Order: sequence, then C-alpha cells, then structure tokens
Amino acid sequence: MDKMPKWADVILIPLISVLLALIVSGLVVLIIGENPIEAMQIMVRGAFGSAYGWGYTLYYATNFIFTGLAVAVAFHARLFNIGGEGQAALGGLGVAIVLLSFGWPHWTIALLAAILGAALFGAAWAAVPAYLQAKRGSHIVITTIMFNFIASALLVYLLVNVFRVPGSMAPESARFAEAVHLPSAAEFAGFLGFGGSTPLNFAFFVALVCCVLVWILIWRTRLGYEIRAFGHSETAAVYAGINPTRIIMITMLISGGLSGMMAINVVMGEAERLVLDFTEGAGFVGIAVALMGRSHPVGVVLAALLFGALYQGGAELQFEMPAVSREMIVVIQALVIMFTGALDNMVRMPMEKIFLSIRRSRESGSQSPAE
Amino acid sequence: MDFLTVLQILDSSIRLATPLLLACLAGLFSERAGIFDIGLEGKMLAAAFFSAAFAFTSGSVWVGLFAGVGASVFLSGLHGAASITFRGNQLISGVAINFLAAGLTVVIAQTWFSQGGRTPQLPSEARFGNIVLPGAESTIREIAQLGPLGQIYSELISGHSILVYIAFLIVPLTWWVLFRTRFGLRLRAVGENPAAVDTAGISVVGMRYAAVIICGVLCGLAGAYLATALNAGFVKDMSAGRGYIALAALIFAKWRPWYALMACLLFGFFDAVGNRFQNITVGEIVVPVQFMQALPYILVVIVLAGLVGRAIPPRAGGEPYVKER
Amino acid sequence: MTDAAAIELRGISKAFGPVQANKDISMSVKRGTIHGIVGENGAGKSTLMSILYGFYKADRGEIFINGQKTEIPDSQAAIRAGIGMVHQHFKLVENFTVVENVILGAEDGAMLNPSIAKARRTLKELSEEYGLKVDPDAIIEDLSVGHQQRVEILKQLYRHADILILDEPTGVLTPAEADQLFRILERLREEGKTIVLITHKLREIMEITDTVSVMRRGEMTNTVATASTSPAELAEMMVGRKVLLRVEKSPAKPGDVMLKVDDLRVVRDGVERLKGVSLHVRAGEILGIAGVAGNGQTELLEVLGGMIPATGGTVTVRNEQIDVSGKHSNGQTRRARGIGHVPEDRQDEGLIMPFEAWENTAFGYHKDPKYNHGMLMDNAAIKADCADKMERYDVRPPNPRLPARNFSGGNQQKIVVAREMDRAPDILLVGQPTRGVDIGAIEFIHKEILRLRDEGKAILLVSVELDEIMGLSDRIAVMFDGKIMGERLPSETNENELGLLMAGVTETRVGGAA
Repeated sequence: MDKMPKWADVILIPLISVLLALIVSGLVVLIIGENPIEAMQIMVRGAFGSAYGWGYTLYYATNFIFTGLAVAVAFHARLFNIGGEGQAALGGLGVAIVLLSFGWPHWTIALLAAILGAALFGAAWAAVPAYLQAKRGSHIVITTIMFNFIASALLVYLLVNVFRVPGSMAPESARFAEAVHLPSAAEFAGFLGFGGSTPLNFAFFVALVCCVLVWILIWRTRLGYEIRAFGHSETAAVYAGINPTRIIMITMLISGGLSGMMAINVVMGEAERLVLDFTEGAGFVGIAVALMGRSHPVGVVLAALLFGALYQGGAELQFEMPAVSREMIVVIQALVIMFTGALDNMVRMPMEKIFLSIRRSRESGSQSPAE
Repeated sequence: MDFLTVLQILDSSIRLATPLLLACLAGLFSERAGIFDIGLEGKMLAAAFFSAAFAFTSGSVWVGLFAGVGASVFLSGLHGAASITFRGNQLISGVAINFLAAGLTVVIAQTWFSQGGRTPQLPSEARFGNIVLPGAESTIREIAQLGPLGQIYSELISGHSILVYIAFLIVPLTWWVLFRTRFGLRLRAVGENPAAVDTAGISVVGMRYAAVIICGVLCGLAGAYLATALNAGFVKDMSAGRGYIALAALIFAKWRPWYALMACLLFGFFDAVGNRFQNITVGEIVVPVQFMQALPYILVVIVLAGLVGRAIPPRAGGEPYVKER
Repeated sequence: MTDAAAIELRGISKAFGPVQANKDISMSVKRGTIHGIVGENGAGKSTLMSILYGFYKADRGEIFINGQKTEIPDSQAAIRAGIGMVHQHFKLVENFTVVENVILGAEDGAMLNPSIAKARRTLKELSEEYGLKVDPDAIIEDLSVGHQQRVEILKQLYRHADILILDEPTGVLTPAEADQLFRILERLREEGKTIVLITHKLREIMEITDTVSVMRRGEMTNTVATASTSPAELAEMMVGRKVLLRVEKSPAKPGDVMLKVDDLRVVRDGVERLKGVSLHVRAGEILGIAGVAGNGQTELLEVLGGMIPATGGTVTVRNEQIDVSGKHSNGQTRRARGIGHVPEDRQDEGLIMPFEAWENTAFGYHKDPKYNHGMLMDNAAIKADCADKMERYDVRPPNPRLPARNFSGGNQQKIVVAREMDRAPDILLVGQPTRGVDIGAIEFIHKEILRLRDEGKAILLVSVELDEIMGLSDRIAVMFDGKIMGERLPSETNENELGLLMAGVTETRVGGAA
C-alpha cells in the first residue's frame, strides 16, 4: 500500500512546503524589522485589490505559465531544463524577426506566425543541449545554463548591431507595426475595469490554451504516455519499444518551444519591440512554478498565479514599505524551490509517519469492535 | 601592441582569474566527493555581500573576510542538508541557493545601507590592498623604465592582493590534499563509490559534509575577493555568472587542480581581453566583444560534447547515497 | 589456542516488514575450515551474512566470535572482530589503484605515502604467502574480474581478517578463474583462516568445503559434513519437501518451427554475453532454458524482445528473418510480429510502478488501434480492457485505478501476464514468470502458459527455478557462459544432470556415478 493517500501527495505536501517557504520569508521580513503580516496584506491588496493589480498579476502569471509548462514537460521525461531563460530570449528573437520581416495585415495572422517563430526559435535553442544529452550524455543542466549565457550575449550583439534603430542609442528593435498590436485587457475586457496601462493582453489566452494542450499531450496522447513512461524508467521504456533519443529530443523541443512562447506575451503583447533582458528571470521562475505545481498544468496555473501575485504584490510592497526590497520576491522564489524541490523529503518523511500511524490506529480501531 | 600592454592584459587576467580559481577549487572539493554544486554562484555572491558589509561596518577587511566565509559556509550547510541528509535533488538545491543569495543580498543591503541594494564604497583600509613585492616598482611610469624581466616581475607578479597569492597557493595545496593525504583518498573515493567507503567503515555522510564545508570556505574567499579586493564594495549580482564559469572551468579541467588553474587563467584572459577591447579584428573579420564574453560558455559546450576528449565526472556525483546490501 | 568455534550464531532472526528473512538460525563454524552455505535465491543466505558483517542488525540472537560474545552494529565492528567480506558486487573504487583500494579506511596516519609504502610491502608478503599475485599499481578497471576479486580478498587480509565471507564468489568468474580462486581459498585454510562460502552451486560445495549448511525459506534446515553427503542429497535439502505443484499437462503436439535462432551473439559493455546461441521453438511446445542467472539468458530474452541489438547471428520468425541489429526494430516491432514478452524483471521492465494498472495494461501496446481514438489515446477503452483482464486473470484487488506498486508481487505479475498473453501471441518469451510470486499465483501463471501452448503457440521459457523448467518444458536447453550446453527431454533427465550442465560440466553422467 502507499504510505499516503494521493491527495496528501498531490496537494498537502506542496501546500505545506509553500507554507514553510512563506513562513521563512516572513521571518526574513521580521528580521529586516518590518511586520510580515502587514507586508502580506499589502502584497495581497497590491496583487488582487484592483483591476490594475489584477492586470499586472495576470500579465506576470502568463509568463510563468509558459515557462512553468516548459519546465514541467521536461520534468515528465526526468529532464531538468534550466535553459528557459535563453530559450525565451531566442523566442523573442523569433517573434521580432517574424513581425519585422513582413507587413502582416492583421494581428490574428501575425499572432499565429509569431507563435510559430517564438516556438521554433525556442525549440532550436533547446535542440543542441537535447542532442548532446541524448547522444553524448552531456549533462543537460550544465549545457542549458551555458546556452542561457550564450543566448544573452547573442541577443546583446544582435540588438546592438542588427536590430538597433539607426540613430538610437537604446539596444532595442524598432517598434512593431500597429497592425500586429495584440488586443490588451483594456480593449477586450475594459468592462472589468482594466485601464490602458494594463500590460495584460491576448497572450494570456494563448497561455491557457497551451495549458490545455500540454494536459492533452501528457495525459491523452501516445507521445505523452511515452514521455511519462521514459521519465519513470528508461529500462522499462526500452522494453516497451520506446526510443530514448527520440523522447529526449521531442520533449526538449516542446519544452524549448513553450519557453520561447513567453515572448508572445512580453515582446509582442507588451513591449511591442524586442528589448534587452525582456525575460527578467521568468525562465527561472518557471522552475519554481513547475516544482510547486507538481508538473501538472492545473498546478502550474495556480503556481504561476501565486508568483504573478508575488511579482505584482512585491512591486507594491516596495512602494509602501521601502525597507523591503523588491528582491524579496526572489527570496520567496528561492525558498519555494528549496522546500518544494530539494527539501521535499524533509516534509515527506514526517508526513508519511503521521499517515502510517493514523492508518494503524484506524485499523486497530476498526478491528476491535468486530472481535 | 607593446610588451607592457601585453603584460597589463595578463596582469588583469590574473586578477579576473582569481575568483574563478577559488570558486573552481571549491567546486572541485564538492564534486570530487560526489556532491554536484551549481550553487557556487550564490555562495560567492553571499560572501561578496557579507564581506563588504562587515568590512565597511567594522573597518577591518579581515572581519569582512570572516563574515563572507561564514555566509558561504552557511549556504553550503544548507546544500549539504538538502543533498546529503534529506537526499534531495542536488541540482534543484543549487538553483535555490543561487536565487536565495541573489535575493537576500539585495534585501539585506537595502535594509542596512538603503543605497538601492549595494554597500557603500569601501575605504582603502577596509579593502585588501595590493602587495608590492620587494624590489618591485608600483607605478606605471617607473615600470615602463624597467627591462623586460623587471617589467614582468613588477607588473605581472608583484602588486596583487594577498587573496590572489593565496588562491594560487591553494592550487598545489589542493593537489597535495587530494592526492597525498588520507583525507583526499577518502574524499575521492566517496565521490566515486560511496559503497566502497561505507563497507570500509568510513562515514559517507561525514566525508561529504566535510567536502561541502571546504567548498563553502573557498567560495567565501572568492566572494570576499570580488567585493573587497577586485572591487570596493558590493553591488547587486556582482558575481555576474562567475560561479557558472568556474563550474565550466571545472569540467574543462576534468576535476583536476592544475588543469583548473589553466582553465581559470584562460577564462580570466578572455575576460581581460573582452574588457580591454571592444572588438577584435582578425584580418578581415571583426570578432565582436559579445563573442569574447560568450566564449567560455561556448568552450564548455564543446568540451561537454566530447569534442576535446570526454569529461567524465566523479561516478557517484549527483546521486544521494542510500545504503543497500 | 582455544577450541572455540571461529563463528557461532545463536538464534538469529531478522524480518523485513512482513517477510521473515532469517528464522531462529544457529550455526557454528570451526576455525581453519571452509564452510558452505547453500540455498535457493531468497533463502536468506545473504541476509544472514550481512548481519554477521554488520550491515543489518538482527532482531534477535547472539553472535560469538572465537568464543567471545560480540556485538556487530556496523562494518567497522565487524572489521575489528576480524571479519572480512567479499561482496557479490565488489566494493572497489574503479579508477583507484590496487594499493589505494587496499588501504582505503585502513591507512596509517594522515599522510598517504607512508601508508602506501607499507601497504606495498605487506601486499608483496601477502601475495607470496597466499599465491595472490596482483600488480599493486594497476588501476582496478583495467583488471579482469578474477583479479578484482583478488584485490577484494587482499583488502580483507590487509585488515587482518581471520574470517572471510565470500558471497557467490564464482557467479562472475569463468571456470578457470573459479579454480584459481579455490586454490587460493585452500591456501588460506592451510594458514588457519576460516572461510564462509555462500553459493548455490553444488559442484563448488562438494569441491572445496569441509562442512555445509542448507538454508531454505529463511531457515537453516541442515548442517552436514561435506564428505558425508552428495549433490543429490543437498539438492533435495535445498528444495525441501515442498508441495510439488502438479500441473496437469497433456503431451505436446509440436507443429511448425515458429522461432529459429542461429549463432546469436551479443557483446555488452565489452563482454561477450551470448557466444553463438542456436535453438528453435515449434508451435505448441515449450522450450525451457535452464541455467544459473547471468549466463546469457537475460541477453537472449532481451535480443529476442527487441530491447538490445545483437552483434551477430540471425533470428527467423515463421521462415522470415527479422532485424536483430536494432536499427529497424524495437520492442514494438516485435510485438507487431506477434511476439509477446513477459520480462524477467517486472518492476524494472514489465511495469511502470507509479503508473496505474490500466496504464500498464497498454504498456508496449499503447499504439494498438483499439486503445486509440485518432490522435488521442482512448483511456476509457483501456480502462475497460484492464477491468476485463483483471477479472479474467484474477488480479486482486480488481481496481484499474490502483498504481502498479500497490499490488502484491503475484498480482503485479498477473497484470504483466494478462497483457502479454491475452493477445495470444504466436511466440511468447517468458522470463522468470514466478520469481517472488506466491504459490496461488504460480499455479495460475503455469496454467496460463500451458493453455497458450495447447492453443498452438511457441513458448520460450527462461527460469532459474529447475522445478519450473522441469514441470513446464517439453524440451530443456541448458545455458552456461553464453552458450547452450546441451538439450534434454524432461522425461529423460533429472535435476542432477541439469545441475551439472548448468555448472558447465558436460562429460559426466551423474546418474551412473552416484
């Protein structure tokens, strides 16, 4: 028998881990000399207290859904893709090339083309580490980290030397044409109170569609079945006739493509031009999101929402409590990764003991009346 | 390009190689014992901040050094707890530590100094000064008048901070500890086959914690060097990927101390060249500065691809040890 | 010197959860003798020795070493008590030199050089004394398995072990290497060392030991002087008077040759595991492959099942040669050809343990149209199929939503068997079908295998259980060291003859000699 019921494994343990991360974060706030409860209230109000707050929260969440799904898909094949940051950067490049090269008549067609460009470029950036892992056994964690740095240098070079508008000093591309402007929340949901400055845009729905597609991929398709089987046991996968190289390659291409699609939200939807460092660490937040969301699309959405709220609430917090720096979010993110990822056993082992003793006492309790 | 310019670039290579070297040797101890550590970056950053903060407040660079090493060792202990005691994923733990350091340093810096996440500029007595070796000149004008040997001695060998000399001394020390002492034998064994160590009656957990703590100390030195010798204070994200380059150098060096020195000098050289020249022109081709900056990472990928001979990490690396029959 | 026994165990018991691995075991070994412990897989031999070496702590019982009651909580205590153990899987650091491995954990002082110098001298003495020649500066991974084993023995001698435990020491050795090992053990005995030899090879027991204990299902059933017993008697004690599962079996009606294997060769990790295997299986018959584990049976099944490539030879299925290079084939192409495969290791190969039962029902057949609905998998159909199979194959509990790891060994195996047999494949590969399976399930699985045979299917059965081979097979082939040693009809052979073939002995007919 399992040591714990399934709900405990899927819901209770992540919740406890996140709670622990938040408690430790609260301690940090306390040590800084501020009131953690008050800080919490400011953050919640900042993130969810207004349409303005929601607009930013959901905008950030959109990024994290993309990068979280990317890490989650790779996790299913037991691959640790830390390259989300670089793959997203390349995705941005793909979006910029697609949108600047042609005079798109309408944003809908442009969106489809941009999605393709973002996904292809992101996937291409994941392809080399994937190939090296599958064929040469080079550790994908190291290679994807290296590719993050290479992507960053590449993007700087291209922005300075290729995309920069002549006469401008700023390392950024020209603004995209008006025709490819994605509807912003103010346009499609203005009735909910979203104002013109809200960065939330149509890409949010693309992200939600990706969640559904990933869910279908992982739990409804033969490929997803093979990915999961491979992730659990390579030997068994080979027994079943599943080709490990193929799975590693395809999984990483999908993962890289999802990371790249983050650029739809930022580059196409918000900035409307390619800017330097537009990823702002979202590729790394994806790791925390996937770990916390237990690599399930529903979990990823919830975790992305939490991190979106942290990002937006954190900005408000910095405004109202200047002593607490915005980097507090990074601390919380780190603690979530630590507790839900690396210190999983610390929470799990005592929980298993508790559930075991509960079951024992229940079994002995149910047996005695029968005797 | 005259001889003195070359010397100046080499001199700056040494300065820039030093933090890489210390972090690389830190990783060497940890990974030789079977604990992968991609948290070098975070430990360096934490050490940089705490050394700068304490050096500033106390006015003593040595107090700063201790604080920096302390912070780094604390993070090492955390990594040890996650990966040794709780048998968690070493990579995930390393990632978490990098973020923790990136966030906490700025948060605390803001609270203590309110300067936007940096420490105040360190006065010279709170920094590691440059040591002028006996008989060496220290100003450019004087050095320019020396002969080639004198120039090498004064420009390249003399005039570094004590941590540079320490870092270079740690290379033979590491080699000696690893290959000439009982501790080194056991450390290497525990990274290759912990079961062999366990059946020989040695504590696997003890050996691995020892390695992780040494890693923390060396990372602490690297971070302190960044903030109190190479620079005069802490700024946000000042480690700037050096932890990863050190990791890259470690793989490039195939986990061997002398090769680590070579790899770090090479990467330091790239950095120095990139700093000095915006673009390098080789014949018709202009090599952009970004390429120089990315070169260490590209080299690592090439090494990992097995194009320069296969880099085989310690065999038990990354795997928590679970006792079995 | 006292007359006290070198080792005396009194009432040792050890349980792992509900499994009683050792039940009230008492044993005594005289100093300067070689004592054998035999028993089937899972009889508790290794557990008992692990207790003696401090790897496990016994639940009850006492250990006396040279007459002294001794507590052995860890390996260090065992080493202090003069006990050394050579594990089945060597505990050597592969890229260290011999001398480095020998001193690891037994160094003199913090500096290596003095330790190494001393060890070099001692090693020289030891190798001369016991005939254990090994180059002290050789790297372990460059040494043959036999020499690696010598290093393990030297390691123990360097630690002044007086009692040496060897766990299945010949499992990985060639016959010639095994002979060399026995000469070394004899020398050690002459020098007054006490040796405990764990094995399931009766030939070795007869050849080298002074006394022998037999273990069966966690109990020590007998201890006898080797001179006063015979392989046949030991075999009987090992197998015991257990209820023979009489399988109702009609005579086979062999038809056409369905599977033909010619000169099949496999090299894995640089070692030739199959050295030219040829065999054939007809429709309506069971060919049993007997042999000690690790003699190539695993590789034979894996090549036929499409898991690993062959390096030479051909495989013909119904007069059509199939690809064994692995370039154009894998497990799925084999299944498409009507080859079912019940793998040797259900937990590592046959099932994905965290997958629910219904997901495992489709494993390997997940591309079957009946499990799919266009682009997507038809989970409802798979679940229904799983529920149906669970009922017909009596899987308990019959819950398709339960993860595979939550079923008992027997029920896990039934899930695999149902999946692989229910399609009535023309050829069925079966590896260790009843390993770790309870008696009820054994009976059920045996009946299913026979039912398939009677339907005219060709079955290749690999098992290390001789009973099973004898009971089910229509023909028996014995594998040893990657080769088929010979073929026998079950009606014309016995366990002793097969046992000798399994040990690589072909010339003598034991029936006549005993």
